[in-house]
Amino acid sequence: MSRDPLRFEPVPVRLNACAKTFPGGTRALEPIDLEIAGGETVVFLGPSGCGKTTTLRIIAGLEQPDPGGSVFFGSEDVTALPIERRNVGMVFQSYALFPNMDVAQNVGYGLRVRGIDRRRRDARVGEMLAMMQMEALARRRIDQLSGGQRQRVALARALVVRPRILLLDEPLTALDAKLRDGLRLEIDRLLRQLGITAIYVTHDQGEAMALADRIVVMSGGRVVQIGTPRDVYFRPADPFVADFVGTTNRLQAQAADGRLHVLGADVPWAGATGPLAVLVRPEDVRLDAVTGQAEAKVTTAMFLGDRTRLVVETGTGETLSIDAPGRASFAIGDTVRIAIDPDRLLAMPL
Amino acid sequence: MIQSGIGSRVLALALVAPAVAVFGAFFLLPLARLFVVGLSGPEGWRTYAAVLVEPRYLESLVSTMLLAAAVTAVTLAIAGTSGLFLARNRFPGRALLVALLTFPLVFPGVVIGFMVIMLAGRQGLIGTLSEQVAGQRIVFAYSMAGLFLGYVYFSIPRVLLTVMAAAEKLDPQQAEAARALGARPWQVLVHVVLPALKPALLSAGAICFATAMGAFGTAFTLATRIDVLPMVIYTEFTLQANIAMAAALSFVLGIVTWLALSLARSLAGTSVAAAA
Ligand SMILES: Nc1ncnc2c1ncn2[C@@H]1O[C@H](COP(=O)(O)OP(=O)(O)O)[C@@H](O)[C@H]1O
Ligand SMILES: [Mg+2]
Repeated sequence: MSRDPLRFEPVPVRLNACAKTFPGGTRALEPIDLEIAGGETVVFLGPSGCGKTTTLRIIAGLEQPDPGGSVFFGSEDVTALPIERRNVGMVFQSYALFPNMDVAQNVGYGLRVRGIDRRRRDARVGEMLAMMQMEALARRRIDQLSGGQRQRVALARALVVRPRILLLDEPLTALDAKLRDGLRLEIDRLLRQLGITAIYVTHDQGEAMALADRIVVMSGGRVVQIGTPRDVYFRPADPFVADFVGTTNRLQAQAADGRLHVLGADVPWAGATGPLAVLVRPEDVRLDAVTGQAEAKVTTAMFLGDRTRLVVETGTGETLSIDAPGRASFAIGDTVRIAIDPDRLLAMPL
Repeated sequence: MIQSGIGSRVLALALVAPAVAVFGAFFLLPLARLFVVGLSGPEGWRTYAAVLVEPRYLESLVSTMLLAAAVTAVTLAIAGTSGLFLARNRFPGRALLVALLTFPLVFPGVVIGFMVIMLAGRQGLIGTLSEQVAGQRIVFAYSMAGLFLGYVYFSIPRVLLTVMAAAEKLDPQQAEAARALGARPWQVLVHVVLPALKPALLSAGAICFATAMGAFGTAFTLATRIDVLPMVIYTEFTLQANIAMAAALSFVLGIVTWLALSLARSLAGTSVAAAA
């Protein structure tokens, strides 16, 4: 164990063919293979019920994968080890702090069960609380803390034992929006500073994009895409990912002879031919009264401050979301001309 | 709630007034009357002194308290363990098992006493079996041991239901967090689960103790020679017609039980505040 409290050993994690069928037959997870590099922050992203927590619990040792699956920390096969022998840090949505202990006792609990003596325990707890800027809270009871403070105590409690990996299951979901942003920045700073391998579960794409080195997008117990936040956003593997990560418009199109027929107009096209579905993000649709390819009617205008989110209906009967600058103002029923840059279109097989 | 002083205080007084009236009419008045009756004998206040000085009464008081304490400890151990297990595990036959364990709730103390006699009395199951196996008839229904068995049987359902209700409300992730930190199963139990169950265990234990202090039907069925306090009170009252003594003993029984209940409440109160 290194004495530097600010650096962690970067431990890689590998899942081999880990599936999970619960008693009763619920197939929560199809077999998944996953490699996580030491020190990497990986975010599992997907809608509720897609198997994120189950995967995290298999890594933690709280669930056993179906026979044939295995979990490695570095070169060590930990599949058979229960959670108490895996040395993982866990942070839960519900904080899961011990209400019968104060802040310092909560943070020191992992050291206490390891039999570390009082003096060294107090020193390590003090160090940890100082790192999280919570020294003043040491003797507080848990019910005297705000949600954000509770989750920081939970983080300190998980980190003080120098776990091999840190697992976080929707740690910000129970907090209100303002606290959430602040704590997200703090977690981000902490993970980078410590260099610990971290796996973070969320259904919030904004959180995922902000924190992840790589995002694992899941749906219905399967991994649908693994990639950097930019990959996932700009090159989504399928319409589900495109729609889950940010907003997209899905348009019917027809490609032939270097032209793509979309929204009743033709644009130059070098991609696949035949009938296609194309995806375009709201911020990639321009309003251009001169060069716009298609005419559309505004059906909804939502002022969001930095931009105005319009929903328009085209002459071909398709509905699009468009981001216009915040300072431009629109009324329902206005007619606009929209322009789509072919580079910004993503073609999906039908 | 922030409300300005006098108006809200008047309202609060008005709201507790019915409770105070009922408490006064049905608790304080009879208790005061009991206390006065206790003083009315030829011995005056020495009647109360006799409770603590005369061996017959003191022994009865002490053995009743010891019996109630032992019943409470054993019931908490049995019902606490099985309640925790039943709350955490789902298996075929679980509902039937819970139904069986809570069965004694439907019986009055007299029937419980009758069942103890059937089990450990002169013609009882244990006697018959032990005679065939060891050649000697084991009979303990008509003693403190029989009473102990009956009270434990009688108390298990209440404690079991209280513990199960509390255990089902526990946040399973607290135990998982402790395990992630390296706690072994016994450490999770002692450091996390039991502290969370403490208020439930204390209140169930207090009620168990109070019930065992005052139970009469079972003791009366088993034997008139068992000197638990309710039996002594009955004897003083009906056989000796020593009404002052009976009243003094009743008063002391009430006070001891009330002390046990309020001790449990204050202990549970502090842990509830810490757990909120
Ligand atoms: N202990 C369990 N028993 C049975 N089914 C479960 C259990 N835990 C989760 N599931 C099911 O497995 C699926 C995946 O759950 P989960 O991993 O919790 O999803 P997520 O965390 O992505 O919301 C869900 O359909 C859920 O109902
Ligand atoms: Mg989940």
